Amino acid sequence: MVNEIMQTTRPGASTSSTIKSVVNNLTFRYGDFQALKDINMVVHEKQVTALIGPSGCGKSTFLRCFNRMHDLYPDNHYGGEIILHPDNENILSPNVDPIEVRMRISMVFQKPNPFPKSIFENVAYGLRIRGIKRRSILEEKVENALRNAALWEEVKDRLNDLAFNLSGGQQQRLCIARALATDPEILLFDEPTSALDPIATASIEELITDLKNKVTILIVTHNMQQAARVSDYTAYMYMGELIEFDVTDTIFIKPKNKQTEDYITGRFG
Amino acid sequence: MKLSYLSSLLKRMRIPIHNTKDTLVGTPATRNLRYDYKRHLKERVIEILLFLAAFFSVFITFAIIYMLISESLVFFEHVSLREFLTDTQWTPLFDDAHYGILPLVSGTVVSSAVALLVALPLGTTIAIYLSEFAPFTVREIAKPFLELLGGIPTVVYGYFALLFVTPLLQMLIPDLPGFSLLSAGLVMGIMIIPYVSSMTEDAMRSVPMHLREGSYAMGATRFQTAIKVVMPASLSGIAAAYILGISRAVGETMVVAIAAGMQPNLTWDPTEPAATITAYIVQVSLGDLPHGSIGYQTIFAAGLTLLLMTLAFNILGHLLRKYYREVY
Amino acid sequence: MNHVKNLKEIRAVISRHKRWDSLFLVAGVMALMIAILTFIALFSHMLIDGMPRLSWDFFTSFPSRRPEAAGILSAWVGTTLVMLVTAVAAVPLGVAAGVYLEEYAPTNLLTEIIEINVTNLAGVPSIIYGLLALGLFVYQLGLGQSILAAGLTLALLILPIVIVATREAIRSIPVAIREGAYALGATKWQTVADHILPYSAAGILTGVIIGLARAIGETAPIITIGALTFIAFLPPAPVQAEFPFLSFEWLMAPFTVMPIQMFNWVSRPEEAFQANAAAAGLVLVVMTLLMNGLAIYLRYHLRKKIKW
Repeated sequence: MVNEIMQTTRPGASTSSTIKSVVNNLTFRYGDFQALKDINMVVHEKQVTALIGPSGCGKSTFLRCFNRMHDLYPDNHYGGEIILHPDNENILSPNVDPIEVRMRISMVFQKPNPFPKSIFENVAYGLRIRGIKRRSILEEKVENALRNAALWEEVKDRLNDLAFNLSGGQQQRLCIARALATDPEILLFDEPTSALDPIATASIEELITDLKNKVTILIVTHNMQQAARVSDYTAYMYMGELIEFDVTDTIFIKPKNKQTEDYITGRFG
Repeated sequence: MKLSYLSSLLKRMRIPIHNTKDTLVGTPATRNLRYDYKRHLKERVIEILLFLAAFFSVFITFAIIYMLISESLVFFEHVSLREFLTDTQWTPLFDDAHYGILPLVSGTVVSSAVALLVALPLGTTIAIYLSEFAPFTVREIAKPFLELLGGIPTVVYGYFALLFVTPLLQMLIPDLPGFSLLSAGLVMGIMIIPYVSSMTEDAMRSVPMHLREGSYAMGATRFQTAIKVVMPASLSGIAAAYILGISRAVGETMVVAIAAGMQPNLTWDPTEPAATITAYIVQVSLGDLPHGSIGYQTIFAAGLTLLLMTLAFNILGHLLRKYYREVY
Repeated sequence: MNHVKNLKEIRAVISRHKRWDSLFLVAGVMALMIAILTFIALFSHMLIDGMPRLSWDFFTSFPSRRPEAAGILSAWVGTTLVMLVTAVAAVPLGVAAGVYLEEYAPTNLLTEIIEINVTNLAGVPSIIYGLLALGLFVYQLGLGQSILAAGLTLALLILPIVIVATREAIRSIPVAIREGAYALGATKWQTVADHILPYSAAGILTGVIIGLARAIGETAPIITIGALTFIAFLPPAPVQAEFPFLSFEWLMAPFTVMPIQMFNWVSRPEEAFQANAAAAGLVLVVMTLLMNGLAIYLRYHLRKKIKW
């Protein structure tokens, strides 16, 4: 199936089934623990792909492979590859600088983690570490990012306030703006609403739906309804394995695998 | 915060035990649960004793302040505050006595400045290295080592400054005198490094990992993460470390008494010998000044000046911390 | 095309940043090396100068006008006795204060004042304690330049260290332990005496050792109380042959301690005395290193052993 779709991928193709990334035989191990086992999947460009599964199934671990976050800690080992298109590069290769990967693929975390800086500087952070110093460019990009994160109207008069003064939901949208400011190729969300109240959750979900026109999104969620609401594709994982991957509607309406069905219908045990 | 909550929780737990008197008396089986006055009295006495022990520290502070101020007041009956603050000579033991604190202050400031120029950059660099760069094993070895370095008696550092560092410096600066603020300051700086580095590192390590991950996820290097995210987030802890370093430098006694000389000298040149406030107190204590003489009172006036200087830095640090208070 | 150009830019930026990263790595290692090299220089310089003087006689002789005959007998005896007074005074007081602040203190202004005060006391220069002791112990209480006055001075100095160590040790005991004791009907003091203190004893001991290691090397406050004199005799022995066998006369005896003896020798111009200073310094450094090493070991051991 993977090869089939890849063949349809020509440079400049604008069909909705353009492939952004292909995961081939991915394994991941920390210490003696085999956290991911032989995962194969594709990520479609400008679509939302959700990773679901019971806690401890490896979905966050999988997500964090995409921007090499595991490289921050000792005794971690990748196997297989994650190919990033269009340049056909295996981002897990030891020759690839993890910093480069992280500059191309941004991430939004479980708990909002704004830096102890002003709202403006938080969003400008990624731009500054790319060496952009011109105030006019920074201002333009920060405004754009905040608009895209649906936060601009709320904060435009207090850009110099400390980011901690924002509410939890606003902080999370600020983190999304921060990730968007650098025009990432893929945006990773690691359970972005698990620390938020229902109203803030709804606004983040709405935002994710809007954003998929601009950027490829990969989201880990513990909430099946959320996956059903925001995603186009869904992968169900269990015990470090990818059990089933398909169009979201198919997964939720007529899953092929019995295990997936049990989980979706809440009969999981 | 959490602890005070817990202790109030424990307090509340105690209340029902006291109140059992009314409800439980009557049935023989529960008679021994009656409110026990003797036990209660013993508990109260112990609590009061413990409180007195804790309050003793406040008493020490008052005793220090009382002692310095009362002796200084006698001193200032002889010497005007104006002379004390503006006269450029400090010769209280000469026939032609002058009581200007400035020469001692200049010695203190210059030696401290040299020490801090060494200790703050090096201490901070070591802290950043250990907290953000060093592999686990290096950190586990370096931290106790630095602690040991901080435990070496200051008189030993004084010996090292006078007999090792000064001759070494004289090779670089041929006309450096045998006593100099530079040599004492440099050694003092090295001596203070462990204090600055270990407190700074503790502050940096207490920054939650998710903040670091946020920075790394944007493609930042370790250095950028350390400088732009971790340090701003731990600014109040770092300020506390710096203030402690400054207090140490200003109040350090033996290194300067041994290696910087004991002659009051109004100078801002680190290559000259000069006495600090602390060195002067040592010098007077070495002699045999009668209790109650003006010479005896000068060391309390000098001590009060020293305490006010460290107090000023501490208040400054407190204000800085308040200003930069971090919230996660 | 645009994409490739972008990637090239990113790579250029990264390689620039990485240069800073590795530059800082070098700076960090070098800063650490400076600290290590200084220690090596200090230790080896003292070793070369002082080693020839370290003999049995050095430990059993009194100070003398002739450098080759001088020793540290009165100094190490003095240090031992002063430390005894310091420990006896500081440990009960510091532990009691720590227990009060952790287990009893209500959250009110007074508690806050005590807490801030303990922190501030830790930052007061040691020579200021010397001035306090000079006015209070030596003259107002009439203790003179005695072992008792010196021991109490150093006790005040290390009190904050003992208090903070006690609090930290107590804080690491989980609430469940306290609740367990209270649930069995223990009073507050029973809980503290039977559970809190025994379980935090090792942590407190670590703090006490670190405090005493600090006190052993303190010179300035002892000089300030006027104890820099030529002492060529020992204080009266605490144990007597006849009734009542114990004597506390030594508490009021004049004394000298190791760092004072070293300072005394350092300030002499003759090189032979400086060799004595190096030898005394060597003994002093080894003593403090051993004490601090023991404390570090205890803490490390504790952290590994106890898992709540």
